[in-house]
Amino acid sequence: MSENKKTGREYGKTLVTNLRNYLMYIALAVIFIVFQILSNGSFLTARNITNLINQTGYIAVMAVGMTLILIIRQIDLSVGFVAGFLGAAAARLLKAGVAVLPTILIVLAMGVMIGLVQGLIIGKVGVPAFITTLAFEFGFRGLLTLITEATGTIPIQSDVFYELSNGFIPELFKIGDLSGSCLIAGAISMALIVFSEIRKRKELKRYKFEDMPVLLFILKLLFFVALIGTLTVVLAGYRGISWTIVIVVIVVAIYSFVMNKTKVGRYIYGMGGNPEAAQLSGVDIKRILIGSFASMGLMAALGGILYTSRLGSATPTAGMGFELDAIASCYIAGVSTSGGVGSVANSVIGAFVIMSLTNGLNLIGVGISYQYLIKGIIFILAVALDVRSRGKKALG
Amino acid sequence: MNDYILEMHGISKSFPGVKALIDVNFSVKRGEIHCLVGENGAGKTTLMKVLSGIHPYGSYEGDIVLNGQIMKFNTIRESENTGIAIINQELALIPDLTVAENIFFGHEIMKRGLVDWNETYKQADIYLKKVGLNINPRSLMRDHRVGTQQLVEIAKALSKNAKLMILDEPTSSLNEEDSANLLRLLKELQKQGVTIIMISHRLKEVVSIAETITILRDGATVYTMRADEEEITENKIIKYMVGREMDNIYPHRESCVTDEVLFEVKDWCAYNAKSGQTVLKNINLKVHKGEIIGMAGLMGAGRTELALSIFGNTPEYKITTGELYLEGNRVRFSSPKDAIKKGVAYATEDRKKNGLILIQDIKFNTSFANLDRIRNRGVINRNEEVVQANKLKESINIKAPSVQQILRNLSGGNQQKVVLAKWIFATPKLMILDEPTRGIDVGAKFEIYTLMNEMVKQGMSIIMISSELLEVIGMSDRIYVMHEGKITGELSKSEATEQKIMHFATNTEELS
Ligand SMILES: Nc1ncnc2c1ncn2[C@@H]1O[C@H](COP(=O)(O)OP(=O)(O)OP(=O)(O)O)[C@@H](O)[C@H]1O
Ligand SMILES: [Mg+2]
Repeated sequence: MSENKKTGREYGKTLVTNLRNYLMYIALAVIFIVFQILSNGSFLTARNITNLINQTGYIAVMAVGMTLILIIRQIDLSVGFVAGFLGAAAARLLKAGVAVLPTILIVLAMGVMIGLVQGLIIGKVGVPAFITTLAFEFGFRGLLTLITEATGTIPIQSDVFYELSNGFIPELFKIGDLSGSCLIAGAISMALIVFSEIRKRKELKRYKFEDMPVLLFILKLLFFVALIGTLTVVLAGYRGISWTIVIVVIVVAIYSFVMNKTKVGRYIYGMGGNPEAAQLSGVDIKRILIGSFASMGLMAALGGILYTSRLGSATPTAGMGFELDAIASCYIAGVSTSGGVGSVANSVIGAFVIMSLTNGLNLIGVGISYQYLIKGIIFILAVALDVRSRGKKALG
Repeated sequence: MNDYILEMHGISKSFPGVKALIDVNFSVKRGEIHCLVGENGAGKTTLMKVLSGIHPYGSYEGDIVLNGQIMKFNTIRESENTGIAIINQELALIPDLTVAENIFFGHEIMKRGLVDWNETYKQADIYLKKVGLNINPRSLMRDHRVGTQQLVEIAKALSKNAKLMILDEPTSSLNEEDSANLLRLLKELQKQGVTIIMISHRLKEVVSIAETITILRDGATVYTMRADEEEITENKIIKYMVGREMDNIYPHRESCVTDEVLFEVKDWCAYNAKSGQTVLKNINLKVHKGEIIGMAGLMGAGRTELALSIFGNTPEYKITTGELYLEGNRVRFSSPKDAIKKGVAYATEDRKKNGLILIQDIKFNTSFANLDRIRNRGVINRNEEVVQANKLKESINIKAPSVQQILRNLSGGNQQKVVLAKWIFATPKLMILDEPTRGIDVGAKFEIYTLMNEMVKQGMSIIMISSELLEVIGMSDRIYVMHEGKITGELSKSEATEQKIMHFATNTEELS
């Protein structure tokens, strides 16, 4: 395609392929609009959106970990009660007087250990992931009951720990009703995105590659700016940026970097695409597998911490069904069931889609039984749409 | 009389960024063997997929006229019902089913709503006999060699009562003996009234078997040649295929062999970890710097096993004794990773199974075995990757709109070139190539041979495992012949002949 002139039809095609990549965002927007209408305007309030984000945090980080697992054609069914158990462990440690930072570090390390052990059983012993992680799910359900048995619910006594999922970055100043720190953070992230996109484009120019047309590029930038702008203003109207947002953004940034810019990321995608070929190309596939499960354990621990902090206590049933929400988030976001394809950033948006459903349905007063029913239907529809638009099918 | 069983008129078909077929006309006479030839990516497979309904009606332009009637196939099933059977480039057998189950897969013999197993096995036996196979229909598909599998595919086609049989590169993964066998069978089927369309890059067999040859180039029919109208020669076919005369199939080469031994294998033995069987017995070989070693032998002689046991210490051939020396130092590769790090590369023979990551694009696959080359302080530079991949794509002429093309959408031969690109990119000291030109057209073969010459000129050494005797003779400085896990002969370039190689490849008498 050396011709420089593009026909209108080709422009159309570029637009369509680009839109396809943003399908998730469009889905999210549609859900927002529907709930906004159904709830008579109480869905898209500063308060509720803040709430929604803080609610999503624990599933979002677990979806990030799960994305890697699904890409390498494995599955992790244990993260629900592993997260529940580790949350309770954190509560116990705090109760025993351990300081917040050591508690968090210990719990995260425990998560990594649990993931490592599962990875070793799967990778070295050769028990399939489905079975290993199912067994761990049973086991940790038992352990969770054990450590919460004596006391029942364990309340969190540390304010700092509680702040993790309920607190906000400190206020610097106020502009009218709006939070100043939030506006600054918003402005900085807008600038960062515009800057990095322009740099990317320049780099492409330097290599003399064809990039998307200028018009489309500007549209894309405007879209991002508008999105972040709106979010910033909305959040600033309530209490600003929560610590959950900060944590999720950091996690996504690190994982995206690893997946897209490092050897390990390449190996993960390659191994997902064809493990045998990857191995014969010099990938230590066992190490990648064990590492992925360790990372999943870490994210489960973080999820457990966020959830416990959110509730302000550890309960005997915490963690039930988290794994399914995390898996659904990934699949809704286009992770392939046959492996090799997926993106952590999209999976986080997938988590938002799932949680905004729960949040919105709650808001308009739909009963829990119908909530599950509706979630199931939307899940199928979303994946069907994704599959059709990419022209890949489950069979043939 | 011109009795055409099939006429395809003005067929055009496009994929995003690729015009695969442009106004192709293709006519096949009843009862003939018609060969379809052309360079990699010329559109041969695509044309046959259009014919058999794999690319359904509506996804292409033009008409398919079968027995005088226009056909509009929406599925492969519909084309099968009219007597068309296609055997794809990539075999479609299910390894864990029995031979009989495979033959009747999709059109089982039923009795009162249940599968009639007695009849199934009885019928299977009859069809197996028809293709000259003497195997148990109850045996598992996975236990049979590729040659046998290919024949089972034909038995399957016959069981569907095929009148028009399409074979896409049926001999590309067969050795000479199995190939000859298959061609004989096709002749036999022809006598029984089956019309055959065969795609092949092996021009010798095309010349020997075809009544008519249609040549495709860049998605268009360039010439149709009939044996009863003109004399058919390989050179003529090549001329139309590549658009110019090719005087030589092998590029001129000067020996770059040095006295320095790069790699040495001493008393190497390997056992199959599962069955305990010995697969390699006391292998001794030497590779000099700048040398191209040919490894000849029949299928199952242990050449791939030798490569894998050296390179990967893979689970199947784990237990090995013996010594390896690389540049004079004793080595052992604990994993492919280790081998690659130390400068040994192995390009597998089965690109689909373990050579490539088909869901990824050209650049991803090209850089995969040597990401360090595009990394800068640990960070992958994607733009640099595109530049590098593009360079290789140009130099070995991979036909694709861009290096961002997903491999699944490339023609078979172009996929094979990506395998080579990947290992060239890894810049090893010793490159083991397992059937490097399988399914590659004459022009591209020439390019690959030229590339091999380049590599040895730069001081690399190559071990080339190949079942094509002429290729082994044409390209090697020295040849080892294997038979049943042993090296039975060693020949220098000047002494090598087809007869001598075949003698060692079939004879157990060891050369001392
Ligand atoms: N599904 C697809 N999507 C996009 N492009 C495709 C697809 N299938 C085939 N092509 C392209 O169409 C062209 C013709 O491919 P085809 O497989 O018919 O070649 P071929 O003549 O069979 O080559 P070979 O000898 O290498 O098998 C190639 O350029 C190929 O990349
Ligand atoms: Mg083909």
